Amino acid sequence: MSFLSVLLRFRSPAELPCQQVVEMVTDYLEGVMATADRRRLEHHLAGCPHCTEYLAQMRETIRLAGRVTTEDLTPEMRTELTDLYRRWRTEG
Amino acid sequence: MDADATLLARLRDGDEQAFTDLVGRYHSSMLRLALSFVSSQAVAEEVVQDTWLAVLRGLGRFEGRSSLRTWLFTILVNRARSTGAREARTVPVADAGPVVDASRFGPNGAWAVPPELWAEEAENRIDAVKLSGLLRGGLDGLPGRQRDVVLLRDVDGMSSAEVCQVLAISEANQRVLLHRGRSKLRQVLESELGGGPR
Repeated sequence: MSFLSVLLRFRSPAELPCQQVVEMVTDYLEGVMATADRRRLEHHLAGCPHCTEYLAQMRETIRLAGRVTTEDLTPEMRTELTDLYRRWRTEG
Repeated sequence: MDADATLLARLRDGDEQAFTDLVGRYHSSMLRLALSFVSSQAVAEEVVQDTWLAVLRGLGRFEGRSSLRTWLFTILVNRARSTGAREARTVPVADAGPVVDASRFGPNGAWAVPPELWAEEAENRIDAVKLSGLLRGGLDGLPGRQRDVVLLRDVDGMSSAEVCQVLAISEANQRVLLHRGRSKLRQVLESELGGGPR
């Protein structure tokens, strides 16, 4: 590789440091990146297994968070709210 | 008629089951959200009850310009926010700093301590009960607004537009909070599954 090509490669806008990639992950997943930025990121991912794994971990985190269930209502609360509804119905 | 319109019609007709379904679907999420604005479980429960009453009283005026869920959560946040303000509780601001510790990168910004491989096998390596506990703990540990955004987006499945409307925040702010919250949740899993500081 010639000195010039090394220099060009070093200065190429395609070279994103991993440290910057981890800060761009959400914008990427949200689909809000400018096309040029997205291409730079995808170019980096294609050559970086660590950032690829990082992105996969973020996706997995989101997927697993989606399976966290909300606590069930207590029977007392359920009764109170049913009463609330009945009172409202007689109000109207 | 879409699902919202059907549900609305049933509610207005005084169908108790419709109300019970609605409560069953959203009450816990509303309670959790209210808790990040007010200082105690008791006050949060009061805020949510007030919200249900306001929702019932407002049913006749609801025009369906937003989804029923967005309307519900917007009323909740407005009430929780004013109650919280009366309690003079300060709203936590988003923290700054990188989402992955700088010590994990070399001077050129490349990984020095890269993530270990676990994205494909998280569920095989941690049993479901423990995993659920870890994530709940992780969510509870997030700073206020980050927790709200991650809960609404990733647990309750709202769109970014809905979350912005409900919390009255900008898209950009929503994304920052989401980014920080999700990144911390990933770290919680990482500390269990390997990689990064133990």
